[in-house]
Parts: sequence; C-alpha cells; structure tokens
Amino acid sequence: MAAMSDERSGGRPRPRGPARWVLGLLPLALLAGLVAFFFGADPTAPFRDAFPPVEDLTIERVSFPENGVMRVHVVNGGPEAATIAQVIVDDAYWQFEIDGDATLPRLARATLELDYPWVEGELHVIRIVTSTGLTFDHEVAVATLSPRPNALYLTTFGLLGLYAGVLPVLIGLLWYPFLRRIDRKWIHFYLSLTVGLLAFLVVDALEDTLETSALVAEGFQAAGLIAVGFIGAIVGLRALGNLGRGMGGAGSGDAGGGGVSRGLTVAYLIAISIGLHNLGEGLAIGAAFSLGEIALGSFLVIGFALHNTTEGLAIVAPVADRRPALRHFAFMGGIAGLPTVLGAWAGGFSYSPTLATFFLALGAGAIVQVIVEVTRLIRKSWPQGLFTPLNATGLLLGLLVMYGTALMVTA
Amino acid sequence: MKPERLSRRDWLKLGAAGVAGVSGATVLDLASRGGAASALAASGAMPREPGTAGATGGPHAGHQEAMGIVGMPGPDGPFDPAAFLTDFDYGEVTTRADGRVVRRWELVALDRDIEIAPGVFFPAWTYNGQVPGPTLRCTEGDILQVEFVNAGSHPHTIHFHGTHPPEMDGFEPIVEPGQRFTYEFEAKPFGLHLYHCHTMPLKRHIHKGLYGTFIVDPPEGREPAREMVMVMNAFDSNLDGDNEVYAVNTSAFYYHHHPVRLGVDDLCRIYLVNTTEFDLINSFHLHAGMFKVFRTGTRPDQYELTDTIMMCQGERHVLEFRLENPGMHMFHAHQSEFAELGWMGFFEAVERLAAGEGVPVRDRGAHGGHV
Repeated sequence: MAAMSDERSGGRPRPRGPARWVLGLLPLALLAGLVAFFFGADPTAPFRDAFPPVEDLTIERVSFPENGVMRVHVVNGGPEAATIAQVIVDDAYWQFEIDGDATLPRLARATLELDYPWVEGELHVIRIVTSTGLTFDHEVAVATLSPRPNALYLTTFGLLGLYAGVLPVLIGLLWYPFLRRIDRKWIHFYLSLTVGLLAFLVVDALEDTLETSALVAEGFQAAGLIAVGFIGAIVGLRALGNLGRGMGGAGSGDAGGGGVSRGLTVAYLIAISIGLHNLGEGLAIGAAFSLGEIALGSFLVIGFALHNTTEGLAIVAPVADRRPALRHFAFMGGIAGLPTVLGAWAGGFSYSPTLATFFLALGAGAIVQVIVEVTRLIRKSWPQGLFTPLNATGLLLGLLVMYGTALMVTA
Repeated sequence: MKPERLSRRDWLKLGAAGVAGVSGATVLDLASRGGAASALAASGAMPREPGTAGATGGPHAGHQEAMGIVGMPGPDGPFDPAAFLTDFDYGEVTTRADGRVVRRWELVALDRDIEIAPGVFFPAWTYNGQVPGPTLRCTEGDILQVEFVNAGSHPHTIHFHGTHPPEMDGFEPIVEPGQRFTYEFEAKPFGLHLYHCHTMPLKRHIHKGLYGTFIVDPPEGREPAREMVMVMNAFDSNLDGDNEVYAVNTSAFYYHHHPVRLGVDDLCRIYLVNTTEFDLINSFHLHAGMFKVFRTGTRPDQYELTDTIMMCQGERHVLEFRLENPGMHMFHAHQSEFAELGWMGFFEAVERLAAGEGVPVRDRGAHGGHV
C-alpha cells in the first residue's frame, strides 16, 4: 500500500502487469487454497487416532427458576462437537431435558432443565458426562431462587444501580462549587488526585476482568476479548476526543489552552469512560444478587457507592476553572452513573461471563484513555505534569483513597 | 467418593416414608409405563411427570423418579446384562481316561469401547469383549484348562483366586499381545471365586474391565435355586481416580429399569463379587427382606442373616433368600452415592412364575454337574 501510494504520488507511470485488484486478492486466493488443501489432504490425520477426544464444555450459569427446578446453561468452547450423555448433580445421576440436540457443535449452546430438589442457601455441584465419559463440573456456591424480569426485580435492580452508580456520581459532582473556589495550583492537585483514583480503577478493573475471564468458555478466547475491549476503548475514545476537539475547540483556538470546550470535552470523556466502567460494575452487582452471593453483604453496594463518589470528583475536576452550563452536569452524571443500572439489570437476569469480560476490559481501557487526557490537561499548565511535589502527592493520595474505599467492597 | 459431600446427599432424607416408599413409587410408575420404556429411550430423554411419585405433593413431588439416567439401558454389542445375570459358562466338557472331568475355555483379551450408561462409552479392556468376563463355572475336583489369547494392545494375564500351583497363578508369565498361554489346574476349594488380570499397573488393568466370576460348586452341589451372578463394578470414565459410574454387571441402573423377576417364596441365590476399583468397599442391601450370607461360599453350614453386607475389593459371597411378598424389592449399594451413581436395581417378586419365566432355577442337573 505504502509503496503503491508512493509511486502514485511520484507521478510515475503505472507499472505494467496485472490489475491492482488482482494483486490485492492474490494472497487471499492463495490462503484459501492452502486452507482447502489442508482440509482436503488432512495432513494431521496420522496423529488424530492417538489423541484423546478434545472436548471442552463450560457450564456458564445455573439458574433456579422455581423450587425443585434447575436450569444449566452450557456452551461448547472446545474445538470439536461434544455430546451430553448424562448429568450428575451432587454425585447422583439426574434426568434432564435438553432444548435441542444433545450434540453441541463448536460454540453452540444448550440449556438443560432438571427436576432437582435444590436446597436454598446450600452448595450444589453439577457435572456433565459426555459420550466419551469426560466430565465438566460447575459449583453453585449458594443456591437461591433466580430473579425473573418482573416489575419488582426491575425496580430492585434499578434502585441498586441507582444507589451504587448514579447517586454517588451526582454527589461527587457537587464538589464543583468547592473546586471553583480554590487556587489553580490546587485544582491541579485535585486533577492529579483524580489520576490516582483512575489508576487504581484500571488495576482493579483489570483484575476483575481476568477473574471473570476464567469462567469464559475456551472457544470464546477471553484473551482476545480483553484485547479488543481494552485497546478498542483506548483507541475509540481517543478518536472521539479528537473529533470533539475538532468540532468545539477550533473556534477557541489552541493558544488559550482551550476554553470551556476543552475542559468539557475531557470531562465528558471521563464521564463516558466511567460509564463504561460502571456498566461492568453493574454486571457484577446484578450477578452477585442473582447468584445468591449478595446474602454475603449489601456491603457491595455501599462499597461501590463510596467508590463512585470519587468518580464524580474525577469528572468535575477538568472543568473546575471553567463555567459549563448546569445541564452538562446532569448529562455527565447520567452518562457515568446510569450504565450501572443497565449493568445490574443485565447481570441480574442473564449473566454471561463472556459479555462481562468484554465490558470489564472495555471499562479498563476507557479509564486508561481518561488518564492520558487528564495528564495532558495538567501538562498544559505544568511542564512537569504529574510530577511536581504537590501533584505527585495528589496522585498517591488518590490511590490511597481508592484503596480505602475498596476495602468496603468485600465481594 | 468425596466424604465431605456425603452429608449433603438428601436421598435418605427425601421421603419420610423412607426408602421403602422409594421403591413403591418408582415401581408403580415403571409398571404403569410398561412398554413405554423403549419409547423413552428413543426420545433420548425421560419426560417429566411431576406428582406421580406420591400424593404428598409439595415442591419435591416427582423427584424420586427424576433421579437417574436419561435414556434406557440396553444390550451393548455382545454384552447383554439381562442374559449375563443368569449365564454360567461350564466350558467344553470332556472326560479324561482316568475318569476326571476336564473343562476347557478360551478367553480372549480384546480392547473395546463399552457402553456403561446410555450414551456414555468407556475404552475398556475385556475378556471376550465383555465386562465382566464370562462367568466360569465348574465343580470341585474338575480339571480346568483356560486357554488365554491376548488380542489386546497391552500385555495381560489371568489370575484365578483359589488353590493352584504358583506357576498357574497368572502373576507370571506376562502374556504379550499376540501371544497365548494355557492355565491348567484342578478346581478347588469349592466356593465363589473370581479371576482378573494381574499385570502391572494392576489398578488400571482391573478398572479397565479385566475381571470375571469363577464359581466352583461343591461336589454334592447346592440346593436348586433361581441363580444369578452379580459383579459389583465401577468405571472411572474421566480417568481422575474416582468412579463416575457404579453398577452391578457394568450397566448403570440396568436392573432398575429392567427389574429381575423372581418367584415369591422361591429360593434365590446370588453369586456376588466385588471388583470395584478406587473405593475401599462396596455393599449390597436388599429391601423388604433378609438374606443369608455364605462368606466366599466355602462353608454351606455357616451363614449370617442380614439385609446389608459390606465387601472389600476382591471379596465375594453367596447370598440366599426367599422373598415372602409379591411386589418390587429394591436392591442397591448402601453407600447412597454409589446407589445414585448407578448401582441400584429391583427384584420383582411374582406369585406364580410361569415355566421359563424370570430367573431360571438351577440344580446340579441343569449344568450337567458330574458327567
């Protein structure tokens, strides 16, 4: 490509030979030929008989729609089809109905329904036996009736999201008048503090991502999902930021270090990023409730609430020396907080480790990009950026504050 | 077997009616379904019929019959658990010049994937393509010739329990694939014995299926009875050193779905052998009746009356009983875990069994005894 455009920009005559589209498609055609040959000639056939069957079923979720009934959601993450032959629950064979064929092709899903007298609050182990006698286990730590998407649960999960996400962010935004009244030097202290908060969140989110990715069926390539989500968020938000600057920042000019719009763009970017992050947090809250683990503590919600209040501060810090319209605060609060509600709904009614991993990675990437933006903002005024004594203190303090509030989140 | 999980199993707690209620409920249902069995197998899944288990209702009604496998256990290639139960192989009988009875068998070691539960296949090592191997039966004092052909992929032997010269013990020589060896010895003492491969690693050679029952009848025979052979065995299908399927005669829940028919008040005799690998013990429990235990079958005059007997791997006993009441009598391991993982069945006691129906009566004449 580069060579070609060079030739064209050099104004040289087009070289003779096949048409450009032929040159573009030739490697693809050769690749297709290679794949076809591989399947046709089957060069690995001599090895195959010696190999044990490659089966890899994953039980993504077990739900308890009513007393005496359990549903087992299975996905085939292995490279080959696998056949579910029997199911053992707590070391007893148990009859089941399957919603379709018992043989699952690669990446196919199935739901098994069992009449099983599960016990509220107790542990159950579900084991799938395939036709080759291999077994795949899933442990339900605490069995509890699964929430159903009715008005009561929608409201409950909505309120949980509100408590954990929206309200704390809005409360955090109330620091704006305070920030307005302090010295410019201190604003950058608070911006640095924000970077500290966010840096902690990145590590925290990545840990959550990796933890959740352990539950993802192998075929769905958790590592790839994380790469796409994490890098995609960084690149996507960066492009979005440039677009925002291009539209709003052109008039005010760069000479003045950006007007209201520059700080506002960063604030919105932070809000969007935190929103993406909170979507993942919402999934965690909803899932914890539906998996019965919330019995271990509504602490989770309180912890997230304290945690998220600092996120409000992160949003308003970039606009502390500007004067944006009030509606912007409402918008930014909504963008940052409401995804918690959406996440709680999604996580509560149909938790998917695959989606959760993707969104958690997306959230982590988003925060990385926010750190970059805020750092740039600080640099505008202070060439040493984060590493003036005061700013560095702010950053470290931010990390410590997050650590302190994270201690509240036990689950 | 994970002991800490045993406490969680609510099988015995399930019905206040206790296990007797279990058999009643399940069997009534089996009886009413009758020929529906094969239809169930064809559909691949048992339909859910909540509430049929009892009039007590509640959220758990129907769970007694929801326990178990999906599909119907049936014959597996050359091995049919229904036939195996009452199949005794007396060998090819000739009489030597000195008047001694000579019995000859051929056992062939073969690798074969066997079906241990509907749809679940296990890469077994077998004698004659079946697990357990054929039940060899003779009378004390017979001369036995067992020609062993190793057509499998690994070296194997046959080690017989009982008294014989050490060179016929099957510890050595190891019979390599493609080779053969003839074991020859006199059958003694009378009793219930077993045979199995004794090649190292022993655990793998046994749990993969190389074992069978070896019965030496007393010279005067035993009282005619409806006779069965039951080998308590188990399979570690995922090779983690823990069994996934338990059964008598290999097929999980086979006699649960195909009850064994016996006559009320008839003398019934079980040749019960434990070849379970990995678990220290196995056991046999009879519902709604008691049985006599003749340990190793070596002393016809000494027995214990009980309804539960515990056996170590390699132990075997002759059980005798008469069912006094018509109806379904459950039998299973009294380790609930083993029971629910497949080692569970029914005797159906019938007032008057027609000739040729149910488990056949055997006396000395039935197998030719002494020629």
